[in-house]
Amino acid sequence: MSLSLEVILQLAILLPLVSTFVIVATGKSPNLRESVTITTCVLLIFLVVNLYQGLSAGKSISVFWWELLPGLTISFDIEPLGMLFALIASFLWLVTTCYAIGYMRSHQEKNQTRFYVCFAVAIGAVMGLAFSANLFTLFIFYEVLTLSTYPLVTHAGTEKAKKGGRTYLGILLTTSIVFFLLAIVSTWFVAGTLDFKIGGIFADDVDKVIAGTLLALFIFGIGKAAIMPFHRWLPAAMVAPTPVSSLLHAVAVVKAGVFTVLKVCVFIFGLDLLAVLPTTQFLLYLAGASVLLASLIAMRQDNLKARLAYSTVSQLGYVTIGALLATSSGVIGSSMHIAMHAFGKITLFFCAGAILVTLHKSKISDMRGIGRQMPLTMIAFFIASLSIIGVPPTGGTWSKWYLMMGTIETEQFVLMVILMLSSLLNIAYLLPIPFHAFFPNLISFKTSNTSLDTTEISENKASSFDIKEAPLPSLIAIVVTTLGCLTLFIYPQPLFELASAVLTGRE
Amino acid sequence: MLMDLFNHWVVITLMMSGLYIVIAHGNLIKKIVGLSVFQTSVFIFYISMAKVDGGTAPILADDIVQYSNPLPHVLILTAIVVGIATTALGLSLVVRIKEAYGSIEEESIQQQDNQQQDNNAHAKRKQEEEA
Amino acid sequence: MIAHLPILQVIIPLMAAPICLMLKRAQLVWLFSLIASGLAFAISILLLQQVMTSGVISYELGGWQAPWGIEYRIDKLNAFLLLIVSGISTVVLFAAQTSIEKEIPKNKHVYFYILYLLSLTGMLGIVATGDAFNVFVFLEISSLSAYALIAMGKNRQALWASYQYLIMGTIGATFILIGIGLIYQMTGTLNMYDLSQRLPEVAQTRTVFAAFAFVIVGVCLKLAMFPLHLWLPNAYAYAPSIVTAFFAATATKVAVYLLIRFTFSVFGLSFSFTTVPLQTLFMALGLIGIFAASTSAIYQRNVKHLFAYSSIAQIGYMIVGFSLSTVTGLTATLLHLFNHALMKGAIFLALAAVIYRVGNIELNNLRGLGRQMPLTMAAIVIGGLSLIGVPLTVGFVSKWYLLMALIEQGWWPVAVLILLGSMLAVVYVWRIVEAAYFKAPLDNSSPVKEAPMSFLIPIWTLIIANIYFGIDTRLSVQVAEAAAQSLFGVSL
Repeated sequence: MSLSLEVILQLAILLPLVSTFVIVATGKSPNLRESVTITTCVLLIFLVVNLYQGLSAGKSISVFWWELLPGLTISFDIEPLGMLFALIASFLWLVTTCYAIGYMRSHQEKNQTRFYVCFAVAIGAVMGLAFSANLFTLFIFYEVLTLSTYPLVTHAGTEKAKKGGRTYLGILLTTSIVFFLLAIVSTWFVAGTLDFKIGGIFADDVDKVIAGTLLALFIFGIGKAAIMPFHRWLPAAMVAPTPVSSLLHAVAVVKAGVFTVLKVCVFIFGLDLLAVLPTTQFLLYLAGASVLLASLIAMRQDNLKARLAYSTVSQLGYVTIGALLATSSGVIGSSMHIAMHAFGKITLFFCAGAILVTLHKSKISDMRGIGRQMPLTMIAFFIASLSIIGVPPTGGTWSKWYLMMGTIETEQFVLMVILMLSSLLNIAYLLPIPFHAFFPNLISFKTSNTSLDTTEISENKASSFDIKEAPLPSLIAIVVTTLGCLTLFIYPQPLFELASAVLTGRE
Repeated sequence: MLMDLFNHWVVITLMMSGLYIVIAHGNLIKKIVGLSVFQTSVFIFYISMAKVDGGTAPILADDIVQYSNPLPHVLILTAIVVGIATTALGLSLVVRIKEAYGSIEEESIQQQDNQQQDNNAHAKRKQEEEA
Repeated sequence: MIAHLPILQVIIPLMAAPICLMLKRAQLVWLFSLIASGLAFAISILLLQQVMTSGVISYELGGWQAPWGIEYRIDKLNAFLLLIVSGISTVVLFAAQTSIEKEIPKNKHVYFYILYLLSLTGMLGIVATGDAFNVFVFLEISSLSAYALIAMGKNRQALWASYQYLIMGTIGATFILIGIGLIYQMTGTLNMYDLSQRLPEVAQTRTVFAAFAFVIVGVCLKLAMFPLHLWLPNAYAYAPSIVTAFFAATATKVAVYLLIRFTFSVFGLSFSFTTVPLQTLFMALGLIGIFAASTSAIYQRNVKHLFAYSSIAQIGYMIVGFSLSTVTGLTATLLHLFNHALMKGAIFLALAAVIYRVGNIELNNLRGLGRQMPLTMAAIVIGGLSLIGVPLTVGFVSKWYLLMALIEQGWWPVAVLILLGSMLAVVYVWRIVEAAYFKAPLDNSSPVKEAPMSFLIPIWTLIIANIYFGIDTRLSVQVAEAAAQSLFGVSL
């Protein structure tokens, strides 16, 4: 293959979109349709890896597509942060597709063709977003991503799904159009360009108040980053089938949000400007509050997916904090956290989905003792939890380490305490789940009669010793992502290199 | 002063009474009458505007030196045609309305429409409940 | 031939109308009108090309010299409008034959096309002419045929709507007539270009102020600006669907054109915006219009009503852009004229298709149509997204320019309000999406088939235009910008 890197870049964006036609055409035969999807995934990974090699070799890869309005172009340019995001998204797409095949079939979902089509469009949008060379291109793909995931969220078509979809679309569109678009137009007006540039695009003598307002508009406008009070869409999106929640609402969509925040902070404002803006401190505390509050809310959720969703809100706050700290370790920590959290959270969602399809349980209080039936799943859940909490031997350790460093460097001790507290809370709301799953009888002081009954029932089931794991494709997916969590601890070097190259541009 | 602008006073009076009739009366025919009065006032306005003191009719002849401005006359001829068309169309609409609603009173027509809407809404709610 | 294009533009549909009467067979008449409208479209393209390359075209009717005779004066602004009107008319007419089959009795089909062509003539005439009185005449041609067209609607409410429109429309037109009379009194000319030269001398007289007020109120009645919009929702909702599609996309646009023409060219920028406080007034009314109409739209059960209110709201956006009286603001308004014509044309045509298949257009009738008429409903959704202003659709382009214009002038709060207003559009568009895609069809309703090709082709032509011009903005932006600049540069 002697395709030039520029062609590969365009292919990476177009391939998922083009594959939708094939998916629709083969919709009648599920096997064919799903092999098309898998093939596309593998091809996409191949393309992205090629790009990665190109980037590592120090090549600059940029493509210009179209000038939409004078000065506003749709163009793409590869830099380390986008590369990182694209690598994770494309790899996890493959894993999720694998998982989805098992999940969707055993759950006998309807409209599976629509599901795969929207999924592919969403991934195409993520690729475009990751590689976009300016804010305008990014915004376009951001909106495409919102709209293409709406049918996925409302997949079930029930009244509840419709309501969730309303919240989802309502918040994401409102924030993006009212704040984000306004911020973009104003930036265009103030700076005269929207191109991402290391060190920012604002002139040195830019009015600090205006720039500060813009920053606030950006942070609120990027609703996908789920900073409170605009986080409600994420729990609402949990009505979606689990593969959607896992890839989109643990990886693609939310990471698109924090990715955009990082991009804006590093390439639109620049760290130097960011550090002196009057609103930065306020936004940092807001993000801190978001981290803490979301963790607290997560503790009170009995629905496993809802708990994971709030946990995601909290973890997204970490990334935003890292970006706003405006130091290199903050940015590195944030970039790495995008990856680490992606692996950890997707595993957790996979497990939640596996429990749902095999044991039809979605409430945490019903999950006592299921470790005997689904040992592999629950071990995976345990490891992924460790990664989210940030303890060795899992990848999450590294990103949390750098984020902590960032807070110490900038002497933001309040934030440091918040991060530590939140990690404690993570332990409190994640670890009991696998713990109770394996040792249902050890702690029973708080269980009421009703939950005792359920315990007995699951024990009864467990006593028959039939191991009932998730469908094989799903199980493979779970194992792969769990191994990912572990590998990233032992071998974080490539990731670290990419993350630290964000600030310098090219590797 | 008053007599100088006599025509204009007439125009204003007609215009206002015409508009008043359109707004105040519920009878559709009367509304059309008001509209016609309103339009006629404008015709008079144009014609008075064209008058030149001491001028005669604008006829091309040797002994006529001063004549009124013919252009507004021509314009108003057109406007009169338009006015007739409007009145005719309006009246024919009234006839059709009378056939359809059995009334030419604004109030009664509105009432019938509202009732129909209510009925529709009611039927729909029923349908929804059944569904 | 080329030299006579400006008059041919108007005269072709005008002459075609009586010929229709002779052709008699409805199908033949349809084909004939389609050809006439298509010719008008072709001419408008040629005219636009000519204007963009070689500047203003002046055509003297009957060879009478300009200030005395009637002059047709085509500049960038009206060439753009001619293109919009004739283009939409042609596309809409394509679907007309199928659509009126079920909505209008057979023996009236021929008359329908005649009225349609006359209405088209009127609109093209208003835009093409450079003579103020001529504007009134064409205005009445288009309005009278519009009243008759609306009265052809299936329900009896159509009659009542048409009657109300007739009263309001006639008052509006007569107001314009009074205004024109007053400025004629002051300047002795009816030629718009001549007027713009002579008016500044007498600008500070009470007569001119009165004239201005009459013209503006008259025009605003025609363009259904809040709070003079009351005639519009019923007229749109009860008219035959094809008529709605045609008018929603063109009629108000022509009125906006008149507003721009009178304020910018005839009375002049400094008079309209410095002597008279038009800016504050229009901006406030535009904003209130956006919110009031969008909110009303949310509560409508009849989908045609819903989009009619949305049209009033969209007019609000144009008015806000207009009220800024800057080049960017006017560019935004002109772009939105073009873009809104594309979206509303597509949406109302799609609604016509739904009516053709389902017969009714209450929100409830849309239940389950997402599956049964996927292409039609997809068109409505894309049109709706365009209304909201999602990137890659035309709606985004005009919104972008409007925002730019507002921020340029430092009107931050207004920019926020505008964006919030478009959120209301999300709500009403999504009511339709939910009805169509999430609700099962009512039990007693029989399955519905996808709309016939004669609908799908024009609908999707417009939808593709919606996306195409949302991506390739060169044509629309270039023309709109040039037109706006010419209005600010040398007048007319």
